[in-house]
Amino acid sequence: MPPARRRTVADVALQGSVMAGVGEAGARAKVLDRLRLNDKAFRHLTRAAAIAVLGLLGGVILSLIIGAWPALQAFGFNFLIEERWNPVTEKFGALAPIYGTLVTSFIAMLIAVPVGLLIALFLTELCPQFLRRPIGIAIELLAGIPSIIYGIWGLFVFAPFLQETLQPFLIGLFGNVPVLSALFAGPPYGIGMLTAGLILAIMVLPFVTSISRDVFEAVPPVLKEAAYGIGCTTWEVVRHVVLPYTRVGVIGGVMLGLGRALGETMAVTFVIGNAHRVSASILAPGTTISATIANEFTEAVGDLYTASLIALGLILFVITFIVLAIARYLLLRIERRIGG
Amino acid sequence: MHIAAAPYARRRRRNRIAMGLSVAATLFGLGWLVLILGELLWHGFGGLSLAVFTEMTPPPGSDGGLLNPIIGSLILTALAVVIGTPVGMLAGTYMAEYGRYAKLTIVVRFINDILLSAPSIVVGLFIYEVMVAPMGHFSGLAGSVALAVIVIPVVVRTTEDMLLLVPNQLREAATALGMPRSVVVMRVAYRAAKAGLVTGVLLAVARVSGETAPLLFTALNNQFWSVNLNAPMASLPVVIFQFALSPYKDWQKLAWTGALIITLAVLALSIMARVLAAQRRTS
Repeated sequence: MPPARRRTVADVALQGSVMAGVGEAGARAKVLDRLRLNDKAFRHLTRAAAIAVLGLLGGVILSLIIGAWPALQAFGFNFLIEERWNPVTEKFGALAPIYGTLVTSFIAMLIAVPVGLLIALFLTELCPQFLRRPIGIAIELLAGIPSIIYGIWGLFVFAPFLQETLQPFLIGLFGNVPVLSALFAGPPYGIGMLTAGLILAIMVLPFVTSISRDVFEAVPPVLKEAAYGIGCTTWEVVRHVVLPYTRVGVIGGVMLGLGRALGETMAVTFVIGNAHRVSASILAPGTTISATIANEFTEAVGDLYTASLIALGLILFVITFIVLAIARYLLLRIERRIGG
Repeated sequence: MHIAAAPYARRRRRNRIAMGLSVAATLFGLGWLVLILGELLWHGFGGLSLAVFTEMTPPPGSDGGLLNPIIGSLILTALAVVIGTPVGMLAGTYMAEYGRYAKLTIVVRFINDILLSAPSIVVGLFIYEVMVAPMGHFSGLAGSVALAVIVIPVVVRTTEDMLLLVPNQLREAATALGMPRSVVVMRVAYRAAKAGLVTGVLLAVARVSGETAPLLFTALNNQFWSVNLNAPMASLPVVIFQFALSPYKDWQKLAWTGALIITLAVLALSIMARVLAAQRRTS
């Protein structure tokens, strides 16, 4: 706060009440004018800042479209369904990264959603009061760990661990089952889509948990008490009262987690293996949109190569934008219900 | 009674299974936190020494430290906060004070929440397009602006939330004294929400100090000492990325040490922010 303004305010009171004289009215009008001007300026400044936030989004979209234009023009719709990614012949297709992004995120959600919901259930229904905050914070700290840490941990600790334990086990278990054997085919590399999916699951777990917990807590106690009163078990209360009541909010939380998983870059880049191909086996190395950009962008030579990578970014942004918009819309709906 | 006993036992059993699973899930979640932090300490702690904080990043095969990336990270983060915080706070102020019920506020809030979770690598591409490409070279400044783009939504969100918590009576009392709106906002509302606003900035710092993706093609990296904002600048996350993926053992070791430093810093910041926010709530 600049001292000049502090004096200004005091002056108004002073001149209005104590000082008298010829210049009083004029001085007072001048001060009021200045205040009015400041007020208007500040108001417009804040409004401009709010609009700047919108401008940010517009800028991101616009710059991505402009940057991706050469690639979109060269490949058109085929960019989405073409698997080849060949910098030498300058033939680019986004199918492999899109596929990898969807598969890893799907694996992540498959694990994070049930686990996250169960943790939220534990925190709202079972956990002793004094442990709720510490455990809640501990789970949320998982979201605070930078993604590069997940990456380095995944590469040096988690991937070798999976290579020796889970992956041989899965190959052995499903090796002779008709459809599943394709899903778990190939040697255990350690790195690959499954590993990336599992790490993503850990990363989005806190998002699913904290939003589910918040909406679970917003269930009116009367509803739960009524169910308990007619003899429901805790599980039945959760299953038949809490979950139906909070469904919209839970889906919102899941979508929010999905948005995170889709766009996550560093952790995935370390463990995905960076192979531009679509393989049925989730043990095989693959790539995701964000990992491709992170790995190749600084080394991309030629306009078409760069433009193709930016086009990948555009696709990622559009997908996550839609997912996050749905998430926010659903959460907004439940917020309104709780508020109203 | 005999007829009711069987389903009753089944319901109890089902309940017990579900509750057991929820306890297991919680242990599972907490287990990862312990495991990751434990591994981090295990691999990184041995490398912590004075040299890490006083020497430059080494070429492979020789000794060195992380001084230039640490300083680089501090500069990039500080500048990002300096650029991002005013914009974020002003926008948050508009949403909570001037346009609380305006259409613009609803739209901005929606978009801001999306930006809050937008993939950070896309922000890197955006700044590459608008700054790096026109300037013709990578620069620390571009890195800071990229991080600022990530700071803004965090600050907007907390500023709005915290200002909304300020009781309206305070504003009404100040207005009744004849204060213009801008003075009410700056001298009454900001002051009442001070702890919350600081929390928001701390959260933003915690968020960006571990960000890697937006720096990869804006600030790039620098093997040498440089505080020139117009040149590529080293940063801790990017150096970790580069060193961890290298085949050299001593580089990998430095990467672990760097990872430990970042994590400790980020966790300390977010715990500080939480304590500050909790104090506000109880006072």
